[in-house]
Amino acid sequence: MSKNRDIMKIVVVGHVDHGKSSLIGRLLYDTNSLPEGTINKVKRIAKETGKPFEYAYLLDAFEEEQKQGITIDTTQIQFQSQIRDYVIIDAPGHKEFLKNMISGAANAEAALLIIDAKESVQEQSKRHAYILYLLGIKKVFVVLNKMDLVDYSEEVFNQVTLEMGEFLKTLGVSPLGYIPVSAFYGQNILKNSEFMSWYQGKNILSSMDSIEKERGVEEKPLRFPIQDVYKFDDRRIIAGRIEQGKLHVGDKIKIYPEGKETTVKSIEYWADRDQKSQIAAGESVGITVSDEFFNKRGEIITSGSDVPYVSNSFRANLFWMGKSPLIKGKTYKIKLTTQETEGELFEVIKTMDSSNLDCAGETAEVKINEVAEIIIKTKDLVAFDSFNDSQTTGRFVIVDGYDVAGGGIIVSDEAVVHNHFQAVFEYNGLKARGDIFEEYLYNSDTFNIEKKQNYLPVYTLGDEIEVKGESFSYPSNFDVLILRDNTAIRVRNQKITSITQLSDYKHEGYPVLNGRGFEINVKSDEEVQSFLRDWKVLSSTELLSKWVVFGKYRSIQFA
Amino acid sequence: MNHLDQLEAQSIFILREAYKKLGKLGMLWSIGKDSTVLLWLAKKAFFGHCPFPFIHVDTTYKIPEMIAYRDKVSKELSLDLIVHTNEEAIKNGMGPEQGRLVCCKALKTDALQQVVKKYEFEGLIVGVRRDEEGSRSKERVFSERNKEDKWDYSNQPPEMWDQFKTDFPKGNHIRVHPLLAWNEIDIWEYIRRENIPLIDLYFARNGERYRSLGCAPCTGKIKSNATTLDDIIEELKTTTVSERAGRAQDQEDSYAMQKLRKDGYM
Repeated sequence: MSKNRDIMKIVVVGHVDHGKSSLIGRLLYDTNSLPEGTINKVKRIAKETGKPFEYAYLLDAFEEEQKQGITIDTTQIQFQSQIRDYVIIDAPGHKEFLKNMISGAANAEAALLIIDAKESVQEQSKRHAYILYLLGIKKVFVVLNKMDLVDYSEEVFNQVTLEMGEFLKTLGVSPLGYIPVSAFYGQNILKNSEFMSWYQGKNILSSMDSIEKERGVEEKPLRFPIQDVYKFDDRRIIAGRIEQGKLHVGDKIKIYPEGKETTVKSIEYWADRDQKSQIAAGESVGITVSDEFFNKRGEIITSGSDVPYVSNSFRANLFWMGKSPLIKGKTYKIKLTTQETEGELFEVIKTMDSSNLDCAGETAEVKINEVAEIIIKTKDLVAFDSFNDSQTTGRFVIVDGYDVAGGGIIVSDEAVVHNHFQAVFEYNGLKARGDIFEEYLYNSDTFNIEKKQNYLPVYTLGDEIEVKGESFSYPSNFDVLILRDNTAIRVRNQKITSITQLSDYKHEGYPVLNGRGFEINVKSDEEVQSFLRDWKVLSSTELLSKWVVFGKYRSIQFA
Repeated sequence: MNHLDQLEAQSIFILREAYKKLGKLGMLWSIGKDSTVLLWLAKKAFFGHCPFPFIHVDTTYKIPEMIAYRDKVSKELSLDLIVHTNEEAIKNGMGPEQGRLVCCKALKTDALQQVVKKYEFEGLIVGVRRDEEGSRSKERVFSERNKEDKWDYSNQPPEMWDQFKTDFPKGNHIRVHPLLAWNEIDIWEYIRRENIPLIDLYFARNGERYRSLGCAPCTGKIKSNATTLDDIIEELKTTTVSERAGRAQDQEDSYAMQKLRKDGYM
């Protein structure tokens, strides 16, 4: 084995009894990948149970699996071809073991989707195809097994190919190819079958060898989620795995969600051979940075201009494996790379039965084995990407109780992400953001001033508002100008009396605040107009310094 | 990155997840090649530090050189080492003559359970690999054991995208398996590449060597002339004998390992 051989991870999926484990067993047997002990053990078990030798027993290691002749849980097994190493992931085909199928498939780079040529396309054939699509596995061969049962018929092959092809087309998936085989008789496995001379394509092993590895993840924008921060000695080491991109000593980096800026001071290592000047995607590393501000697990280190979204809501495609449905009004744990936050189901856009893509219509929950398009709202701000831009920072799991119950990929729709911002004021189509009712706190551990993120109500016309908090105290009558959302709000006697566009705003002599709760030092309509003109030309620091008073209504409290 | 780099990076990621997300953590250390690689990976993950204790379950039947080597290495590396024996079972005369699986259960499974309870471990790092035997091939990276140390293997939770099981009822613990994806040759190639010191029982003397280490009465040698790391790697590439063929307890029953492991065996 040369040192630079590739490893390709391939999952084998498909409907129950279509021959997934058998195909893998056959591949392992024909490539002499099995130790003598393993084959003897399986032969012994076949003899003990009075059953014929099954290649599937090589993978179905549990007693229950062999006695019932089914695959319950996923397994991984390795073998080599002439050109590279393979990790083959066997996945169960029963609907009730879908969570095990997903556990296996989520680790794969490519897939073989097995269909029994005689039974043709079944429920799990479609469901598994859809799950592969959702997991982002695009390199898929469709394998028509048990061709011996249909007399190696080209016509049957063409019919099944057409049927599966139509379903895959609705997903926008085009498979790498369709391969007719007989796992049981070893036809089209390592060499092309003489019984199917009408088939001009590659056999299974050559097809697998033709799948190309995904390259270039080092060249994408940096995504380095912080896994932990260590202080075992005098170094303060930020540890984690680089998911995308690369990093050098001296690089300028930004750390999200806050977007703090610093530079890489050193790349840390223990064994001498690990001393490096550049680290890149896939590596588990440790760095120190020049600015000793507080860093913690879950933050994402980036560099360059291509930065992640930061938001408390996102739209995603999700599959649900939990026994209890995903419902609104319940708090779940959301895990996205090393970030962990509480979150809830905000909106179900649509749900589908994953085996036929039939829409379930109007529904407010997602049931087991359903897939759905949803909007998730999180308690804390999270940094993420769309799955298309960055796989690892574009996907998340939902934990219900003790177990992972759902997995989702974030849709690449920037507009949606920004449309679902946290509005504070809303009326007649106008929505305005701001943190006017959020607390400003001094964190004595980090020496940073932070905002307390909490769920806040959305106010509309007639609502009474809270004018006093821990770190703010507003008068009973004031106006708020929220420039970025082009909105003006009037508060009289602690109640909202109008929410209008900025252009409709007239100054009535009451104090004017911005969306942060800072006073804008204007006393007349002329001064308001002059302030708005400055807003268009000055930098935000210049604008704030010239017009805005921090401490009039706001203070900073100890956290 | 070559395949050893990938395996190493993934194992380090797993060790760091365990350290961050689980409460009291310990690493099983059997003196063998796999747990020696695990110790090395921990040093890399934590930049020369080992922020948890090492546990050796001593059956008192181990090959004597293993105990001498254990004491030497733990002293050299000043490891925080917990050695535990199921004293009561030994006092009552437990040994392989009582039946191999009975003995394994008492001196390894039960002893391990005693350590977990005594020190209230929430995470145990174990060096098992998928390619060793069937029931291990079905394992999760983070695999839950209940209060009785039982493994509910037919109903394992989903594990995907490196989001491991870190939520579980108090009193249960997690077996962490950083080497699950490695195979036997990977271990040896890594030992060679990293120049990791290793007990010499693995190297042939008088035409025999150990391929897997365990208790003296139940662990056989294989015929071999492999006296160097290169020899061993070359030998493994052509062998058709399975790694644990010399481990007598595995051969007691077709599902011996599954049965032992369901009850908490490593």
